[in-house]
Amino acid sequence: MAFVQQSSPHAHKARPTSRVMLWVMIAALPGLFAQTLFFGWGNLINVVFCIAVAVFSEATVLRLRKKPVVFFIRDNTAAVTGLLLGLSLPQFTPWWVSAVAVISAIVIAKQLYGGLGSNPFNPAMVGYALVLVSFPVAMTTNWAEPAMLWDGAPGFGETLATIASGQQTAVDGWTMATPLDEYKHKIAGHTSAEVLIHPTFGESIAKGWEWVNAAFLAGGLLLIGLRIISWHIPAGFLGGLILMSLAFGNNADLYTPVSLHLLAGGTMLGAFFIATDPVSAATSHQGKLIYGAGIGILLYLIRTWGNYPDAVAFSVLLMNFAVPFIDHYTPPRTYGHHKARRGVPGNRG
Amino acid sequence: MTQLWDFSGGIHPPEHKDFSTARPVRRAGIPERLVLPLQQHIGDPAEAIVEVGEQVLKGQKIADVKTGMGVAVHAPTSGVIESIVEHPVPHPSGMADWCITLRPDGEDQWCSRNPVPDYRTLTRDQVLGIIRDAGISGMGGAGFPTNIKLRPPRNRKVSTLILNGAECEPYITADDMTMREKADEVVAGLKVMAWILRPERCVIGIEDNKPEAISAMREATEGTQTEIVVIPTKYPSGGEKQLIRILTGMEVPSGGIPADIGVMCQNIGTAVAVAQAVVEGTPLISRVVTITGEAVREPGNFEALIGTPIEYLLEQAGVQQDRLSRLVLGGPMMGYTLTTDAVPVIKTTNCVIAATASELPAPPPEQPCIRCGQCAEACPMKLLPQQLFWYAKATEFEKAEHLNLFDCIECGACSYVCPSSIPLVQYYRFAKGEIRVQRAEQLKADRARERFEARQARLEREQQEKELRRKERAKAAADAQARKKAEAEQVTAEGEAVDERSAKAALVEQALARKKAKAEASPATDTAEEKPDIDALEKQLGQARSKLETIQGMLDEAKAQQADNVDKLERAVAKNHDRVKRAEEMLAEARDKLAARPTESQPTH
Repeated sequence: MAFVQQSSPHAHKARPTSRVMLWVMIAALPGLFAQTLFFGWGNLINVVFCIAVAVFSEATVLRLRKKPVVFFIRDNTAAVTGLLLGLSLPQFTPWWVSAVAVISAIVIAKQLYGGLGSNPFNPAMVGYALVLVSFPVAMTTNWAEPAMLWDGAPGFGETLATIASGQQTAVDGWTMATPLDEYKHKIAGHTSAEVLIHPTFGESIAKGWEWVNAAFLAGGLLLIGLRIISWHIPAGFLGGLILMSLAFGNNADLYTPVSLHLLAGGTMLGAFFIATDPVSAATSHQGKLIYGAGIGILLYLIRTWGNYPDAVAFSVLLMNFAVPFIDHYTPPRTYGHHKARRGVPGNRG
Repeated sequence: MTQLWDFSGGIHPPEHKDFSTARPVRRAGIPERLVLPLQQHIGDPAEAIVEVGEQVLKGQKIADVKTGMGVAVHAPTSGVIESIVEHPVPHPSGMADWCITLRPDGEDQWCSRNPVPDYRTLTRDQVLGIIRDAGISGMGGAGFPTNIKLRPPRNRKVSTLILNGAECEPYITADDMTMREKADEVVAGLKVMAWILRPERCVIGIEDNKPEAISAMREATEGTQTEIVVIPTKYPSGGEKQLIRILTGMEVPSGGIPADIGVMCQNIGTAVAVAQAVVEGTPLISRVVTITGEAVREPGNFEALIGTPIEYLLEQAGVQQDRLSRLVLGGPMMGYTLTTDAVPVIKTTNCVIAATASELPAPPPEQPCIRCGQCAEACPMKLLPQQLFWYAKATEFEKAEHLNLFDCIECGACSYVCPSSIPLVQYYRFAKGEIRVQRAEQLKADRARERFEARQARLEREQQEKELRRKERAKAAADAQARKKAEAEQVTAEGEAVDERSAKAALVEQALARKKAKAEASPATDTAEEKPDIDALEKQLGQARSKLETIQGMLDEAKAQQADNVDKLERAVAKNHDRVKRAEEMLAEARDKLAARPTESQPTH
């Protein structure tokens, strides 16, 4: 009889990419839940819409590229890109802005580079950065005012209508500057205490945002616990941010305090869900630490001295550029070798 | 408590070892026919030393390696040599190789054996000879001749001897069962090897998932200095390099051997074979093989004669042919699939897995690499599996080599964890194979080039020599011509006034010659002295002529090219003309003198 012929190893551990991606989505649910709880229905609607657009654009391009559509859609990576954009975009972002972000993420940043595994840049962040630069008003004025879902936040219907119509005036009463934005622009002429009076900060650090960040932190720790991501990138990211904040801005009357850096804006989402995208990140442990730290440092630099109140997208993209360089210089020392072999043959390094 | 080190990476695949440890080791018995490959070890194949139809006894040597590296093959039982044919052998390619087939006569009659229980009275070389003649090669997988391994390079002292009882691959329990049931023989073999090597430390490393083996070995080594070290279960802790790291904290240098850092690893089965060979005089004619998998009803370990067809063992274990989908020789991580169950058990066969389709399912289709880095986390050699994969796939072999491709031990941990189910090890094997082919071709091309260059150089040399000979002949002819001419000139120019300067020089020359002649005692030497004088002058003339020729040639050339050194060359030609003339005259003079000499010198006789 004919036996099955197969190259070793014959045993495999089954945790396919699709399941890895599914876990990433599951781990993001607490964050989405907190967003919905503190900022209304906006993020949830965005997430659903972005996932739908992401999967649709991925399927379309795969068909154009004559690739097996179902096989690739089932890896769930497009859905994760959609999810991350939905979580990052302002709550009342008009639908076409979201659509532009998602389509450019999937079509340009991912598929045009060769699809899954071949994109040098984080697709979600390419989409985000693109709309942030292209639609600056829509991307800064559509942040929801922190208000509990059942107490003061606009209803599902109103939110949906706002997103669908793109009529900013409709939500004027419900939007508010983000804590990072508010602090950055007010601190120049005021003391810390004066700035913190603004309702966006709430009673502790940053109303709503602190819970959202805590929820993403929890989800991220779950991913580390499941060994879906390693601790190196988040540790480098947060470590870089904290160190910069303590070294250069340890005066709340002049600079945004470290607590606000950590618990406002997209810090935790960025550290655990965005920067950890393996395709566009560095590979070795040492490389991941450097990569993460680079993002943390750039995040601080742009938040403090740049024009933008938040900068996860730019920091991640800038460090994506540096990945080949980091990988070049951080190979591990192979067993039986005195030191790591850097670079590639022909290149000195 | 011995200090343990950890190696990076590693995985924890399901062990499935309990399948085959429930029953004690069974004797497989004598099959209808034994197939004994001539090459069961690394090195040169053995040569048959028996004829077809010959009656052989159990333990009789039937093939041997006369020169080069290798070990002998013995008849596992008494019987008749049926044929020496090409037969499928255990090999990943499923190839056939030369085998001696033996039809057992059922008598199982031993040849005479020579046990040496007090081997310490022999020299170490004699004991190594016994091990070689017993046909022992490493029984863990590679099959390196044990006697050669036990004789490390002179400048390498083995200070730590390790017996590898880790047996980290899932399913395999041959070493485990051997340690449980033959602990004393394991220790006896270790003692022989320790006596040969004189190490400072003897360690038996066993994974903590084998408590029975550990206690059996502890009991057997009671009161000796041999350490039983229990190591955490983690694949591939039984890999030689990993085990050395765990037990000593040292790393085998890349491209080196353990002896480079004073360590040697031996297999459990090899230790038993050594003990049997030396103490009992029994050559290696059987071994323990694990027959396991869900497609056999009674999995377990068998003491099988070398040459027993796998088919025979599968039947003894109650194979269910209808459920059998994949036959793996070795473990599920590093073993290879067989194309036929007709292949025999050889000295390195430790396990056969008769797997059902659900037990070892075909891997899902390969997906793109998402650079997750799980492979790098699992790699026990600290390589960059994904980079190696890209370079292998892109056939950028130089870069793959730069990233230490050849340090890969093909343990399969990276493929095991890959979420995109990429057959990484297969890519590495492909790259290694291609690089080896390239190297072989490079070597061939280099040799061809060397040969070509050597031939070119030889042809050129021959051409030059020919040219030289031609010139010499031409010169000789010219000289002869000149001499004739000079003689003729001399005859006509007799009595003519000579150039004053040359006359003076000739006078001086004559005076000197006379003085010399006087100083000489015998006339014989006198003439002998005189002759070379003419020769020298002739030579001088020849030289002057050829120089003139060269300069003339240069002048012609210079004129043709209208060079600015024409004047200079013309002057040189004139000067050399004079020189030639003078030399000719001097030669003529000398000849005259020589002609006059004999009469002058006569009276002195």
